[in-house]
Amino acid sequence: MRCLIYVEHNGGQVAESALQLGTLAKSIGAEAVGLVCAGDGEAVADLTRQLSGFDAALGVADPVVSAYNAQAAAKALTQCVETQAPDLVMTSYSTAGIDLAPTVSIKADLPMIGYVLELAIDGDGLAAVSMVYGGKLRAKTEIATPCIVAVMPGAAKAEALAGQPAPNAEMIQVDLSGLAMTVVETLEPESSDVNLAEAEKIFCVGRALGGTEKIGVAEEMAAALGAELAGSRPVIDAGWMPKVRQVGKSGTKVKPKLYFMAGVSGAPEHLEGMEDSELIIAINSDEQAPIFGKAHYGAVCDMFQLLPALTARLNAGK
Amino acid sequence: MELGEDERDIDREWIGLELNPFDDQALEQAVLLKESVAARVTAIAAEAEGGERMLKTALARGVDEVRLIELDEEAVQLSSRARAPLYAEAIAEIAPDLVLTGVLSTDDLYGELAPLLGAILDWPQVSAASQVTQKGASVTVRQEYSGGAAAMVEMQLPAVVGLQTASRPPRYVPGSKLRDLLKVEIPTSEPSVEPGADLADATTLELPDSSGGAEMIDGNAEVVAEKIHGILSERGLV
Repeated sequence: MRCLIYVEHNGGQVAESALQLGTLAKSIGAEAVGLVCAGDGEAVADLTRQLSGFDAALGVADPVVSAYNAQAAAKALTQCVETQAPDLVMTSYSTAGIDLAPTVSIKADLPMIGYVLELAIDGDGLAAVSMVYGGKLRAKTEIATPCIVAVMPGAAKAEALAGQPAPNAEMIQVDLSGLAMTVVETLEPESSDVNLAEAEKIFCVGRALGGTEKIGVAEEMAAALGAELAGSRPVIDAGWMPKVRQVGKSGTKVKPKLYFMAGVSGAPEHLEGMEDSELIIAINSDEQAPIFGKAHYGAVCDMFQLLPALTARLNAGK
Repeated sequence: MELGEDERDIDREWIGLELNPFDDQALEQAVLLKESVAARVTAIAAEAEGGERMLKTALARGVDEVRLIELDEEAVQLSSRARAPLYAEAIAEIAPDLVLTGVLSTDDLYGELAPLLGAILDWPQVSAASQVTQKGASVTVRQEYSGGAAAMVEMQLPAVVGLQTASRPPRYVPGSKLRDLLKVEIPTSEPSVEPGADLADATTLELPDSSGGAEMIDGNAEVVAEKIHGILSERGLV
């Protein structure tokens, strides 16, 4: 089985999620072939050198793809799928993967599954497990090859292939003229006094906070705990907290000693950003909240009763 | 959330329906474009339980036109892959400059609708977008990546955007405005294309195995607070 992997990168570094795809491909006995799109041949070579344990790599060098361009990347990946005829195409379930996997599935007429957590050979095809409905259910899908899967970051460990030799890229030509999309500017994360990535303790609130009028309860909790205050995506999208306080897929990835969370259901996008925390304590009013499958300690209760009670205890030191 | 008897779908009988958060953001962004650049906004939905109500909500929020795509009764829970050709057909008839969808929804499980539409219509598409602004024959959006990185991307129109966040939080619509629209007839259209082939028949659903999950703390708020305080103290975290 031959597996074509779209290799994401940023700032000259291959994304860890792309290396994880290599591990996943090898774990089902597939040949891992990376597709590396970058601004010039040297950049392609530098990135390909990071693909430890991959069996082969295809390189596309064009100034248009020096930064990720959804239309250009889809064109390159579709062309590779058509000319290389891989049995399996893998992307991460990332922004690029969400652009690319469905697009290529239409252009190359292949079936596609997203949110994939587990993948195994099943007869002539594959069996995939994905998380759906915000992580509340697992979907098991039997899928014939050739097919496309978009895999959740963290589904495999990148270190498994570390130290193994990397391939050399075979350069291919893709016509990237006449695109209707231009990347005008790339933006790095805003710097600010808030540094969630380095925080030892984080208190994160979710949608159940209800609005900015209640934010004082959360701020007092964070202060009593000596923790940095964070929010899940709905909290940031609603404008209740600035973006620098967002934990998760489109926010910051964190690994604190304590991750205390209230009113966060635990969608896969949030788990991706915090599941490596040393101690996770979650309270939620919904006993079915997926976060209880990931937390170390959990309680089903109303945060507006629990938080003041806990804040008072912490402030009293008992 | 419970599974249906055949484990192919969730049991929808007692589920309360509301506009899902990302489609809510997409709807808000469309109305904001109407206000800022006089865009004419059409909201479309495929027939499903609550579909008409969603379109009435869209009218109450300020869209100009709505259209409900008729589906056979047994087809109302189609996946995005299956529905995409039906939407694409309606979009081709409406011929808009810009298509906005939520980046993910409960009936778009893989967040694939925007890229599928872009691919079928052969229009440029970006997902996970915010900050949509239009200028002449192009639109600029901010595409969000992991770790807080982002890019400003300019697309020539027509284009498709999978929206994550509108430029402003969705507005509140008073119930009285919705009640005024109760009797409004929603125009429908019958698709002439077949739904796309999907993997629905090859998929079964199951509840995640919750064993091995959190150790649950029982009791009222005071008891839970005391126990959490104890756990934190034991580990030297307070």
